[in-house]
Amino acid sequence: MDTTPLAIGLVMGFGMIGPGIGMGTLVGKALEAIGRNPEATSKIQTNMILGLAFTEAIAIYALVMALILKFV
Amino acid sequence: MSANLHISISAEPIWHFGQLAVSNSIFTSLIVTTLILAFAVGVNLQLTAKKAGKKISTLQNIAEFLVEGLYGLTQSVTNDHGKTRNFLPLILSFFVFILCNNWFGLLPGVGSIGFKEVEGEKTAMVLQQDLSLPAVQAYASETSPLKVVEATGEVGSQPIESQTGIAPATEAPVAEAPEAHAEAKFVPYFRAGTADLNTTLALAIITALSAQIWGFSYLHLGYLKKFFNFSNPIMFFVGILELVSEFSKVLSYAFRLFGNVFAGEVLLAVMGALVPLVVPMVFYGLEIFVGAIQAFVFSLLSIIFYQVATLGHEEHESK
Repeated sequence: MDTTPLAIGLVMGFGMIGPGIGMGTLVGKALEAIGRNPEATSKIQTNMILGLAFTEAIAIYALVMALILKFV
Repeated sequence: MSANLHISISAEPIWHFGQLAVSNSIFTSLIVTTLILAFAVGVNLQLTAKKAGKKISTLQNIAEFLVEGLYGLTQSVTNDHGKTRNFLPLILSFFVFILCNNWFGLLPGVGSIGFKEVEGEKTAMVLQQDLSLPAVQAYASETSPLKVVEATGEVGSQPIESQTGIAPATEAPVAEAPEAHAEAKFVPYFRAGTADLNTTLALAIITALSAQIWGFSYLHLGYLKKFFNFSNPIMFFVGILELVSEFSKVLSYAFRLFGNVFAGEVLLAVMGALVPLVVPMVFYGLEIFVGAIQAFVFSLLSIIFYQVATLGHEEHESK
């Protein structure tokens, strides 16, 4: 039995848990900060997007792994 | 169904100039570069030929918006006008190049107009999509019952390799040219440049190399103290970590951009195959947003990379 599709599914499924939690926390905290200090919105937004990019990179590693499993 | 989706992780060669293979992503990058050059030359011509009292043109407005926006962004990180003026040309090039490449990949025809190569003979074709509506299915079975039965048999016997004939609409959304050979592979003429790992790796290497050059030009030989510091054991290990992170940055920059753009293409292809009408529109909107964000993130990370490289360790700690 070919277990590769299962592996791809597991890689994506488990790989998305951490970044999902991280992104949720990050955006939640950023919104909290904007709520407290609306004048700093643009600065917080820039840093938030930067943090999101770093968090997302971890999800991308899982995606790359899945792509390698699927196509290579 | 996956057999009928055209997803390729690497760019495919479309022409050969002697030994040099021109892949579809290089071709698209060249087109985008030409467009950007034309834009820059157009703005330059308008600026030089400007007469007093003339209204500011749209081109100039766009160019000013880009330059001012990125100047402000770089300035907010570096806090030094000299540095900003040094970094801005590269940052601006990264931003515009990545943005245009990302958005070029969303144009209709990119990834769907191509050719099939059968024994060295190229047949131009367009990747088509069958609507799996009941009426269309009924029409298909009425007009060509034989072909549908034939194709169904093939799909049942060898689900992966089956590429011939008009596939039944329920089973496979992409109908290929009936005369296509079983092993024929579809190769699109265009592929977004940033959806190719080679392009993003090249961009990441340019970023890393220019960071080293600026590090040396701002800190001179003191730049090496970041990596080789023998004053105490802790700083020695920090130096090793810094050295490794310079290389891992290249990989992470390249994979972030490639992963996002390629994942977007796969998402659009899958959504287009599942629900060909209306639904992909939403995802096109998402991809326009993601393309802009990724261009922004790459430039912002490059600015920070440069800024960290041009700051000495002492300044870094005092901040």
